[in-house]
Amino acid sequence: MNYSEKVMEHFSNPRNVGEIDNPDGLGEAGNPKCGDIMKIYLKVKDNVIEDVKFKTFGCASAIASSSMATELIKGKTVDEAWELTNTAVAEALDGLPPIKMHCSVLAEEAIHKALNDYRKKQGLDVIPIKEFDHEHESCAV
Amino acid sequence: MQNVYLDYAATTPTDPEVLEVMTPYFTELFGNPSSIYSFASKSRAAIEKARGQVAAALNALPEEIFFTSSGTEADNWALKGTVEKLRSKGNHVVTTQIEHHAILHTGEYLEKVEGGKVTYLPVDEEGRVRLEDLKAAVTDKTILVSVMFANNEIGTIQPIKEIGAFCREKGILFHTDAVQAAAQVDIDVKALSIDMMSLSAHKMYGPKGTGVFYLRKGLKLENFVHGGGQEKGKRASTENIAGIVGMGFAIEKMKARLPQDKPRISALRDRLIDGILNTVPHTKLNGARGQERLPNNTNFSFIGIEGETLLLDLDAKGISGSTGSACSSGSLDPSHVLMAIGLTHEQAHGSLRLTLGRGTTDEHIDYVLSVLPEIVAKRRKMSPVWEEYVKKFGEK
Repeated sequence: MNYSEKVMEHFSNPRNVGEIDNPDGLGEAGNPKCGDIMKIYLKVKDNVIEDVKFKTFGCASAIASSSMATELIKGKTVDEAWELTNTAVAEALDGLPPIKMHCSVLAEEAIHKALNDYRKKQGLDVIPIKEFDHEHESCAV
Repeated sequence: MQNVYLDYAATTPTDPEVLEVMTPYFTELFGNPSSIYSFASKSRAAIEKARGQVAAALNALPEEIFFTSSGTEADNWALKGTVEKLRSKGNHVVTTQIEHHAILHTGEYLEKVEGGKVTYLPVDEEGRVRLEDLKAAVTDKTILVSVMFANNEIGTIQPIKEIGAFCREKGILFHTDAVQAAAQVDIDVKALSIDMMSLSAHKMYGPKGTGVFYLRKGLKLENFVHGGGQEKGKRASTENIAGIVGMGFAIEKMKARLPQDKPRISALRDRLIDGILNTVPHTKLNGARGQERLPNNTNFSFIGIEGETLLLDLDAKGISGSTGSACSSGSLDPSHVLMAIGLTHEQAHGSLRLTLGRGTTDEHIDYVLSVLPEIVAKRRKMSPVWEEYVKKFGEK
């Protein structure tokens, strides 16, 4: 697998690994069949993402995507964080092999779920998200 | 940093002595074996010598040995050649769920294009085919049974002798893909009642690009490559003389070394297996132990970790291994072999195969054992699957 230096760097030294006790938002995406599961924990203060942590089971690009995605939303407002796309995560990593784009999609989805969990706890409406189809054929999307 | 190559099942380096005997056939002895002049007869003689060397190593006759470009080609020939030749007798082939893709994908082709019908036998949790399943699967339309000698991922050696005897008694042809096994264990095609067999030179310290198809004397298959009269017209194309010479020498040397190599490498294998199982908790050895496992194969599932991350972390420490897991092969499906022995998706995605060879030393095993536990611990710390697992079963 040909990974960019940036992917390898984030894989070898991932940022924001861990959990947050009593998170303000928690999101999980992926499934074991496809070989990756991503969990994102948020701490939000005054509408700003004060801290974010992740735990990921998956290949190098899944770990690098989690690391990069958490870096990109840290310190952002929840609305700004919602705008983060999988393409932006992949671009920030200097690209992912086509078969691994799926990993950046997972990061976007896990963050959206965590933000929706936060909204729910705040009594706000949950924003419908395009849930990635994790059925067999789609593992490689 | 050390460089520790532990992927001998993927390929082996060409032995310098093998290369030495091959070299003249690229340069001064380049004559086409089909030519008439005396100079070309040296090429012909070299091929026949190699044929004799291969035959001797397998207790076969020289006329039962055909040179191919690879083990994959030999597998293709066995399956397609049989189904095409024996159409009037039947169309049913029995093989297993854990074969190499050279068999599995050829089986799919036979069903799609040739009107074949293929049964894929399940295996037990150590990856062994059960004779009773085979007996139950054959019908009066069964013309071929193809069961690999030993599995390439988990190293389980199949009950070849029993399968061979059963097929011989039933009058069904028996093929075995021995690409992994032939470099590790003694194979006697007569004692094991093998009708057809596939071998590959680059798994036994020979060159890439050369394989062998063994076809028992008297059996007739459809010719495989159509063209000139090479290999008795069954497999046309100008011979890869240097490759064939390399194959012959490599198998002869391999066979001569086996009495020393087999116990030495088996002992290293067992030290690696015990070392990993003792130092990394919640780790599963995939495949059988002892005599029923290839002397050079180890395969583990580390709960909570995806295999590719292990490969890259090991690579950063100078260790080359492999995995049957999705990501490394470019497909995202977990290994069909690991799924067939009943592993969960998480276990199958978290596999690591380390395969040993002539160059493997005690120091290499010590080095792996010194770096692997730390790598596993680091990756488990960031894994939600591990977190769930520990909640259920505890850390130790």
